Amino acid sequence: MSYKKRIDGRKFDELRKIEAKVGVIPNADGSAYFKIGDTEAYACVYGPKHLYPKFLQNPTKGVLRCNYNMMPFSGSGDRVRPGPSRRSKEISLVTEKALLPVVNLDDFPNAVVDVFIEFPQTDAGSRCAGICAASMALADAGIVMKDLVAAVSVGKVDDALVVDLNYNEESFEGEVADIPVAVIPSTGEFTLLQMDGIIDKDRLLKALDTAKKVAEKIVKIQREALKNKFEIKGA
Amino acid sequence: MDYALKDHIKEYLKNDIRYDKRKFDEFRETSIETGVVKNAEGSARVRIGETEVIVGVKFELGEPYPDLQDEGTMSVNVELLAMSSPEFEPGPPGIQAIEMARVVDRGIRESKVIDTKKLCIRKGELVWMINIDICTINDAGNLLDASGIGALAALLDAKFPVEKNGKIDYKKKTSKKLGITKQPLPITVIKINDKFIVDPIHEEELVLESRLTVTTTEDGKICALQKGGDLPLSLDDISKMIDIALAKSKEIRKLFKVIK
Repeated sequence: MSYKKRIDGRKFDELRKIEAKVGVIPNADGSAYFKIGDTEAYACVYGPKHLYPKFLQNPTKGVLRCNYNMMPFSGSGDRVRPGPSRRSKEISLVTEKALLPVVNLDDFPNAVVDVFIEFPQTDAGSRCAGICAASMALADAGIVMKDLVAAVSVGKVDDALVVDLNYNEESFEGEVADIPVAVIPSTGEFTLLQMDGIIDKDRLLKALDTAKKVAEKIVKIQREALKNKFEIKGA
Repeated sequence: MDYALKDHIKEYLKNDIRYDKRKFDEFRETSIETGVVKNAEGSARVRIGETEVIVGVKFELGEPYPDLQDEGTMSVNVELLAMSSPEFEPGPPGIQAIEMARVVDRGIRESKVIDTKKLCIRKGELVWMINIDICTINDAGNLLDASGIGALAALLDAKFPVEKNGKIDYKKKTSKKLGITKQPLPITVIKINDKFIVDPIHEEELVLESRLTVTTTEDGKICALQKGGDLPLSLDDISKMIDIALAKSKEIRKLFKVIK
């Protein structure tokens, strides 16, 4: 068995259709919507604001706090029980770590920046979509940042190297490796790296190299969305 | 909220002027969109001004309650997501979310809009369980009415998934719908300084003295009530508020004509 053609007809290095917007939630200090294929993410930023209880405060710089949550009806199977799970807590943690290297909270000691990431609909790649949305929402909130973060999953389905796996590919019968990564496009550094599956080192490095190239495409769309809101028209 | 703003809202109401210049019985621009979540069996997005909610209906299989052996179940849950307001925090549902969910639940349950007997697959063993989840995207006031409108729209949109040997194949939806015949809609009327107002924005909710949510069906019957706020209501107040709610529900019901 070999994987010659992708289930949804995409090229091996082709992303699903992306839609990105910022400023979608009026109440928030910054917000973004990022849709890739059938995976839809909202990200919302509140802060910087005082952090309580006090022992959580950092007197040298502000704290970034991320919260990943799937809406109860967003999964492809049974209803997702509301509230945190082991999975969502871990993803919240790696999301935080994926964003931290680009944000500068030195000016906000003892404060917190809250990032809430919500999914009305998922079809694999939700943590990556969430990170893409969150980095746009942080920029929208005016947080000082080195760059945006672009995230995508790369991997291997049978012998083929693929980009942006959907649910059908993740659950493909045969050898699958699913590697969600986040990249700082301007430096090419990785801020998120996880993997499910089996892969050899050569292929892994090749996949990561592909991820860097694809991240360029994603960040273009993210920047475009931000420009759409902030560029002074006719200037 | 600062006291100056509270005073400002109340002061202007004395001169019959609302904070956002609307008429007392005027809703903000309201829209309903169905089929917005592919993974849900039924879904809707409701916008009332800047207030936005997404409602999803998920079907599950389970055992019936011991005292209702031939009936399926229905439940309503409200998630006041922390992303939708600086006043909400992550965590289990607080009292506001619980009250909202129960009021929406009552409207649907008491109007018997879902025939729970038709949700029975094998008596005493296997029934459909209908979960209605309401998630807030942005709270700019009047979440309760938005939730009630969304719940009804999502129920109208819902299609049964395929059931085989006690398991659900969520990938396949049938063309079978829930067979909704009635349309229970909650309309909340608030009272400030002896003025009755519909569709309050968040700032108005903060200064309300009392509120009454009236859920009505299209035949003019009342199927759920909930009084809130700190001050009492007179019989005369209640009568007026019900009239306003009845008139408004007719108007909102027109938006449902496009669904189906």
